[in-house]
Amino acid sequence: MAETVRRRGRTGYLLIIPGALWLLVFFAFPFYSLIATSLYDPTGSDFRGYQMTYAFGNYVDVVEAYWQPLLRSLLYGAIATFFCLVLGYVLAYAIAFKSGRYKTLMLVLVIAPFLTSFLVRTLSWKLLLADDGFIVNTLQLLQVLGDDGRLLATPFAVVAGLTYNFLPFMVLPLFASLDKMDYRLIEASRDLYGNPVVSFFKVTWPLSLPGVVSGTLLTFIPAVGDFINAELLGNTNTRMIGNVVQSLFTDANDYPAAGALSVILMTMILAMVLVYVRRAGTEELL
Amino acid sequence: MSQAADKQAVERTGGSTTLGKDDHTTYDGLRLRALTKSFATFTAVDDLDLDVPRGSFFALLGPSGCGKTTTLRMVAGLETPTSGTILLAGDDITATKPYQRPVNTVFQSYALFPHLDIFENVAFGLRRRKQKNVESEVKEMLDLVELGPQARKRPAQLSGGQQQRVALARALINKPEVLLLDEPLGALDLKLRRSMQIELKRIQTEVGLTFIHVTHDQEEAMTMADTVAVMNKGVIEQMGAPADLYENPRSTFVANFLGQSNLIDGTVVGRSGDVVTMDMHGTPVSVPAGRSHTASERGWIGIRPEKVLIGAPGEALDAPGNTIPGGIVTDVSFFGVSTQYLVRMPWGQELQVFQQNTGRVTIFRKGDAVELSWRPEYAFLLDHAQDASAGADKVGADG
Repeated sequence: MAETVRRRGRTGYLLIIPGALWLLVFFAFPFYSLIATSLYDPTGSDFRGYQMTYAFGNYVDVVEAYWQPLLRSLLYGAIATFFCLVLGYVLAYAIAFKSGRYKTLMLVLVIAPFLTSFLVRTLSWKLLLADDGFIVNTLQLLQVLGDDGRLLATPFAVVAGLTYNFLPFMVLPLFASLDKMDYRLIEASRDLYGNPVVSFFKVTWPLSLPGVVSGTLLTFIPAVGDFINAELLGNTNTRMIGNVVQSLFTDANDYPAAGALSVILMTMILAMVLVYVRRAGTEELL
Repeated sequence: MSQAADKQAVERTGGSTTLGKDDHTTYDGLRLRALTKSFATFTAVDDLDLDVPRGSFFALLGPSGCGKTTTLRMVAGLETPTSGTILLAGDDITATKPYQRPVNTVFQSYALFPHLDIFENVAFGLRRRKQKNVESEVKEMLDLVELGPQARKRPAQLSGGQQQRVALARALINKPEVLLLDEPLGALDLKLRRSMQIELKRIQTEVGLTFIHVTHDQEEAMTMADTVAVMNKGVIEQMGAPADLYENPRSTFVANFLGQSNLIDGTVVGRSGDVVTMDMHGTPVSVPAGRSHTASERGWIGIRPEKVLIGAPGEALDAPGNTIPGGIVTDVSFFGVSTQYLVRMPWGQELQVFQQNTGRVTIFRKGDAVELSWRPEYAFLLDHAQDASAGADKVGADG
């Protein structure tokens, strides 16, 4: 008896080793390197090399220089997450409760965009929203857009692109949550004088909260850090923090500033997520 | 005065379906007329007429798939009838939504809200209807089902029996015109089931609401309900007080589904007055005319196993009328309170006999030659066109 318990304990540690090694090499070490880089002497360069001077001033400098794209990223990420939630909830609800024998097919269709590259899909949105494209022409005809109105290179295009690209990450956890929900609970609510609207907010919504929380996290976090959509669908005034980091790294070779900005973004998102999960977690979650 | 008399008249004829349309508004119970529900491949409920008097404990009994749950769901409004009408206290509620009906359901799986505690589960219906005194009413109801101390627990923290009582309290607190119970005891073990049956019956008597109880457990239906409707393949086979159904079944399905029956092939020799005389494999037997449910020349002579008396050949038994010699005991099961025999008759059929162990009876052994007899007034006669084994496979049909 005691022998098996001890062996089981040892097996557990053995099983952790590959994952722990992976994390050490590909997460812990790069993470340390990122923080170290953010504290290098800002006057260093590729030629002269960087020196560790614990330059905490880097953080102040980048916030002063880039607070606008930083806030814009959070805003775009939040708006895209909101639209993903509204669209995704309706879709996930329909798939979970109304799709009948087409359930699997509809799920495959939700995942289908992943079969094409993220970049290619965003590029094709560029074509869709182009100034002479079908959509813009139609909207102009309907007088929704002015004669020289456009969609491409606007904040709208960036948010729409983000919403489109991250929708599946919202739909899948929402679907998982709704699908495992007992439909008889909704029937019970309707039987107990709950009209459809009340039944939704008193029963369906609270029971789907685990899916809502994971869906919004899976959408918000990558959306805030994304740079492809702003790059391909936006203009110079819609730059997001991902664009700034990318250009600091690859164009300006300002590694300390890029590092500091990355750490700030990461810390902010982490703090927001913790507050969010704690709020949603203690009050409403099962 | 005359209105009250009208009402009484309607109640007296409550079981019949001959009432005109105008009478519907004066009937204060639940009335189903020509109710039909068809799904893509089959008809679950077929042209059902049913009257459930106000304040009664009504059981809808049948095997799984007989349409009883579908009927219940139509009354609750969770299923839309293909055709027919549902009237409650004179109002046509066929087209109303479930949340508009004064009808509440105790679901088979309880369907308690897992994210709410027991108190809020029970308060759900009151809060939806913006009632006052929620606090005190819920407390009172929780006391009735003896769950006061559990008020702040979540459903998952309760046992099956406690969850069942929460489900009952959650429905009862709304004082519905009709309370629907969908196999509410199905998930409980036998002992708990028996005590909940008594509990349910007590509560129904106390609150005086109309209960419609759907079950496939004939014992449950008979012990609890004042009226039982036996349902099979979407139609009601027979309806009445439990004792009437048991003593005088009208179809082979009811004879077999409600308890057990010996059904023996026989030919009518003569009908005179209130007696039908039959030839049963050479033995003359008689059946009261009021218990004969066929007009044809052949029929199934039915007799309940506990009504059959068993004795040694030539022994004088207290059963003048129908005595059948030539039986051989083929199986003996001793139950303590009774002994169950299987007796092979001269024509090859094995009949069941339950003998009460009064202490004054002989216990026969396998292979003994015996004579069977029964009092003619206990026999019944069924239509030979019906399957003699209909409803007999109820054991194991659960689920």
